[in-house]
Amino acid sequence: MTKFGVSFLTGTNWDAATGFGALPYVLGTLLTALIAIAIGVPISVGIAIFLAEMAPDVIRVVVSNIVELLAAVPSIIYGLWGLYVLRIWVANYVQAPIQGSFGFLPIFSGTSYGLNFLTAGLILAIMIIPTIASISREVMVSVPTSQREAAYSVGATRWEVVRMSVLSYSRSGIFGAAILGLGRAIGETMAVTLVIGGATGAFALPTSLFKPGQTMATILVNQLSEAESGSLQLSALLGVGLVLFAIAFAINVVAQVLVWRVLKVQGGAVE
Amino acid sequence: MLAMIPLISILYEVVKNGASTINVDFLTAAPGVIGQAGGGIGPAIQGTLILVGLTIIIGVPLGVLSGIYLSEFGDNPVGRVIRFLNDVLAEFPSVVIGVVIFTLIVLTFRSFSVIAGALALSIIMLPIITRSTEESLKLVPNSIRDASMALGIRRWRTTLSVVLTTARSGVVTGILLAIARVAGESAPLVFTILGSQYFFSALSSPMDALPLRIYRLALLPYPYAQAQGWGAALVLILMVLVVNIGVRWATRGRLYSRRSRP
Repeated sequence: MTKFGVSFLTGTNWDAATGFGALPYVLGTLLTALIAIAIGVPISVGIAIFLAEMAPDVIRVVVSNIVELLAAVPSIIYGLWGLYVLRIWVANYVQAPIQGSFGFLPIFSGTSYGLNFLTAGLILAIMIIPTIASISREVMVSVPTSQREAAYSVGATRWEVVRMSVLSYSRSGIFGAAILGLGRAIGETMAVTLVIGGATGAFALPTSLFKPGQTMATILVNQLSEAESGSLQLSALLGVGLVLFAIAFAINVVAQVLVWRVLKVQGGAVE
Repeated sequence: MLAMIPLISILYEVVKNGASTINVDFLTAAPGVIGQAGGGIGPAIQGTLILVGLTIIIGVPLGVLSGIYLSEFGDNPVGRVIRFLNDVLAEFPSVVIGVVIFTLIVLTFRSFSVIAGALALSIIMLPIITRSTEESLKLVPNSIRDASMALGIRRWRTTLSVVLTTARSGVVTGILLAIARVAGESAPLVFTILGSQYFFSALSSPMDALPLRIYRLALLPYPYAQAQGWGAALVLILMVLVVNIGVRWATRGRLYSRRSRP
């Protein structure tokens, strides 16, 4: 792992002749995770608000059970579903119209199979919804009732109560939940491997939403079991693993601290 | 609402595409020659069962013991650090755990092996069990502990016979959910047990598992592989969801507050 130095993080080539650089995979990971967060967080927070603040009991039980079952589905099954179902949707209903009207923009260029960064981001969004929704809900439930009553007593409508007291009170907890979701999205492997297309080297640089690419986790799955022991490729892959390890560790520590602090402080403040 | 669409679509597609593939032969036969229809997922099912069994042997005792420690003796700085690291580990990407095991075991012994896979899965399972054990032991009222102490029973005896027995259902629930989670885990398996066409041969050689078989099948361009992939997915999703729904049904209405992370 120490064979490469800084150029490992900035290089874009990926073969034994010209050296190994992990930049495309780092960027690919970030791009898919960002798509996932951008789509997943608003939906999950919406679900959490609905569950914590307004749903009648019956619906709440059903919906929260469904959300938790969504979390229990193995990621390889998301991958299979993404490969045979979601990919077709994306190719036909998202990619085709956008490319039809804006195809001249470089960020929308690419192949038409639907194996691309956008599909990977979408499947990640679906996969992180349960995580973010259930934690956000817990944080919202821990908001003291007195906060809500105070807002109601000055004549706030239901939405104003949610926005003013509940959301502002639980903001940092939701933020922590989003970061946990980000951690999941970055480390998620199998589903992404099947839908992202698996380009390597400079081809995997995320210059367009509709291009096949590669993330750090997927390059490991695609190549690690076939790398020869002692080869430079193996060292490069383990280097990617190390980078992923460091990022995942940092993100998880930050998120845990945030969620933990919110639950602890506000749990204590209720009395 | 919106969240239901993916789940329903996934279930619908898996059942629609998988149901027609499943028959006795498919469930028991070894995979056929690549590129020709026929064959089944027998080794994969067997492999998943073996793997889950080994993981239980390694992971469950460690997890339950850690949970007991954190709940009964963990109210100090050491305990808090362990609890924090445990929470971090629980959210850790499984592929990274796979890489660590790959480096430690596979590279050292120069062979993909069942043991390596079971170790990786145990590390994934450990924090889940630890947390759920701790949470359910904490629900045991202190008066029960006091009563046992008042009878002159020692601390470890109290913990094992009284506290653990009282919290049994919660602990078992956590273990079952953890089993369901690792049964569907695939990323670390790709470079620990590798996958194989044959039935189990030895602990130190490659083996097949259901998630792995789905992955391999999904990479093949043939229609039969697609159908078999859906069939295997149906088997896997049934295993996982039956455990999950069963556990939820059995514990419904019970005061079971874990910090519910998936």
